[in-house]
Amino acid sequence: MNQLTVLANGMPLLLRGLAVTLELGVGFIALGLVLGLLLASGQIYGNRLVRCFCSGFVQIFRGIPAMVLLFIFYFGLAQLNINMSAFVASMIAMGFRSAAYQCEVFRGAMQSIRSGQVLAVQALGMNLLQRIRYVVLPQSLRYCLAPWSNEFAAEIKDASLCYAIGVTEIMRQGRYIITATFGNAMLIYVTVALIFLGVTFIGLWLLRRWELSLQVPGL
Amino acid sequence: MELLKVEDIRKAFGSLQVLDGVSFEMEKGETKVIIGPSGTGKSTLLRCINLLTKPDSGKVWLDGVEVTDPKANINHLRSAIGMVFQNFNLVTHLKVLDNVRIGPMRVKRIDKKRATDFALEKLTRVGLADKVNSYPAELSGGQQQRVSIARALAMEPKLILFDEPTSALDPELIGEVLTVMEDLAQSGMSLVVVTHEIGFAHSVADEIIFLEGGKILEQSAPEKMLKEPEQERTRSFLQKIAGLYGHSAEGREE
Repeated sequence: MNQLTVLANGMPLLLRGLAVTLELGVGFIALGLVLGLLLASGQIYGNRLVRCFCSGFVQIFRGIPAMVLLFIFYFGLAQLNINMSAFVASMIAMGFRSAAYQCEVFRGAMQSIRSGQVLAVQALGMNLLQRIRYVVLPQSLRYCLAPWSNEFAAEIKDASLCYAIGVTEIMRQGRYIITATFGNAMLIYVTVALIFLGVTFIGLWLLRRWELSLQVPGL
Repeated sequence: MELLKVEDIRKAFGSLQVLDGVSFEMEKGETKVIIGPSGTGKSTLLRCINLLTKPDSGKVWLDGVEVTDPKANINHLRSAIGMVFQNFNLVTHLKVLDNVRIGPMRVKRIDKKRATDFALEKLTRVGLADKVNSYPAELSGGQQQRVSIARALAMEPKLILFDEPTSALDPELIGEVLTVMEDLAQSGMSLVVVTHEIGFAHSVADEIIFLEGGKILEQSAPEKMLKEPEQERTRSFLQKIAGLYGHSAEGREE
């Protein structure tokens, strides 16, 4: 079988794998976004207990390798009779990890908002949630879009790690093709690499355009 | 009944006693000007009135309602007290119109159309109706400060606090802000103004309060305060700022 045929036959499998990879990556980012914002708000506005919890969470999930997290949440929890699919275990382990990283991005940006503006809307009678919603978040999200795009690229790529606990994402599909055709490792892995390059390129380009469109005139 | 009553306010930051028992009251429609050397608690006093800073002790009443009551709905009370800051503090990602209508819309829950009409009216009043779609960073300091006055007005406050509203402005931009403030005072709005603009104090204030070391050293009508201060300390302070700002006690040069 020549390489072109291998690629043509394998492409539907790779694309099916890509769909799973994107589901994972987007899921990590979404879960991480919501939790990350909560953690950042907790670290800045919470009482002592909340602050300790949030910092602890961030420390733990930033300090453990992704692979170890995946194994703990899948194989480790299974041993305690907490059974979930490899997909769900990946989502939780990697989503929590992303939350820890995103929290740090958001916290830095939120703390950089000039306090005078917040004071001014507080003087108008806005409560804490309103001040966060109408002033702190819209501005800090602008500031952190550039550093946040790193997180986007990292999560999409790290979805390939879920291969290790048996999720049938793009790497595993590639592996199947290589096994079935008795070879073609270079061909398949380079194709997978190009697909990742394309996805991150388009994603980062869109984020950059979004960042530019949000720029405030005069600032 | 007095509009604002401040009773024995004390506030310390660490070992520094910033306010050491300040009391005054004012009627509706009055303008009080607070002067005094820097670091003497003027800004802190203003912030204790709307509780942006919580006083250690003492009480504040607005229109008969105790602001310092721990059970009071402080956000509701704050919405009735406008505040204008030295550095304008406009929300940088919002256009001028949104800066002015966000208070009525989000705090008073007025619908968007009415809030917009309202904001336009206030912006017209400060002479900036043509800037509604600009962002704060596109405006001069004087324009930004007028927007922030319109923002305060849009809440229909009972009282507006001004914290050195012209101190961050280029000299040629001070006049446009003072003119708006004079117009407010004449229209019957109640103002408490911390400023070094002695000319403004002379022509607009009903009473000047001289604050030093966290205490009121002297308070009287501008004529008396500026021409025959009782305290030697008041006299020397007034001479210093008159020299610095180039204003005589007889009034601001136009």
